[in-house]
Amino acid sequence: MTVQADVPSDTSAGLPEDAGQLSARLRNTALENFPPGRIMPDRQPAYVASWIYVFGVLTMSALSIVILTGIVLAIFGPSWWHVSSTGLFVNSLHLWSVEAFFFFMVIHLWGKFFMAAWRGKRRATWITGVVSFVVSVGAAFTGYLSQQNFDSQWIGTQAKDGINSTGAGAVFNVLNFGQMLMWHIVLLPLAIVAIVGVHVLLVRRRGVVPPFAAPAVVDTAAEASAAGTTATAAGTTATANEGVADSPGTPDTGATPEAETGAEPTTTPDTVTTGSAPDAAPPTAGGQR
Amino acid sequence: MIASLINLNGQGHYLHWGFIQISVANLVLIGLMVVVFIAAILLPFPGHRRRDQ
Repeated sequence: MTVQADVPSDTSAGLPEDAGQLSARLRNTALENFPPGRIMPDRQPAYVASWIYVFGVLTMSALSIVILTGIVLAIFGPSWWHVSSTGLFVNSLHLWSVEAFFFFMVIHLWGKFFMAAWRGKRRATWITGVVSFVVSVGAAFTGYLSQQNFDSQWIGTQAKDGINSTGAGAVFNVLNFGQMLMWHIVLLPLAIVAIVGVHVLLVRRRGVVPPFAAPAVVDTAAEASAAGTTATAAGTTATANEGVADSPGTPDTGATPEAETGAEPTTTPDTVTTGSAPDAAPPTAGGQR
Repeated sequence: MIASLINLNGQGHYLHWGFIQISVANLVLIGLMVVVFIAAILLPFPGHRRRDQ
């Protein structure tokens, strides 16, 4: 890092002579891939106005409760959560928020699977979601092993044979309470938070996956753009078909993340909006709500 | 009160079908997820038409 006495107070844009520094390169890369308007968008595409799009944030909400109650349990320890009424309550909150977490995550997974949510350069988004699901299963498993009751003993003795059959028992001993507890409260939570963080960043970068008819919309908009006939949306178009847009199977006329366009080509030819390159990010597209 | 209606400390009930074995609780939960999934697709989202007006 270069130290100068006359550095201006606002160096957020960076100085040209510092462009080669690691900090400047990292900052510029981050700003290119994740500009603030895309990370924290004010609007979402119109088709997001469906209950099926709610379960991702519900999953994260449940995860936050899981982590918060887990922190409280870690602070006071087993003698507290096993004995005191408040401890039992927080322990129950931890368990049931995990139940809600998986409940919402499975529905989120179903919804994204049937939407083929890996479309439009969203493979990494899908893969991180699947990985976070698998790691969450491991976190829940080690959590059940950490209960310190007959249930955890039963699960441990039943699971050891399965784990040993994979050959992993030598390094992952489900009968080793200390090891399972450390995996449950340190390693796996860190992994889940990291993977979910990347998952959310990718969702922001690539946008929420559009309904299935959207690729045709992209084509239509691209053709219109090439012909110089596109019109800006700015919330004035892409809403003619909103009455049937409440399900992912009935595509809305709102903007698609991939093209920031929004015309359902077969039914609403009057709703062409902005045309930009396919697979561009969505957040400020027209036709959003 | 709910605990008195549903005893969660009792012995679990299991269904057997060939090599498939599943607890009634898990089966009910899976059914509930399917119901919620279908409802999420079919039910209209509140306030969706507001911006259009």
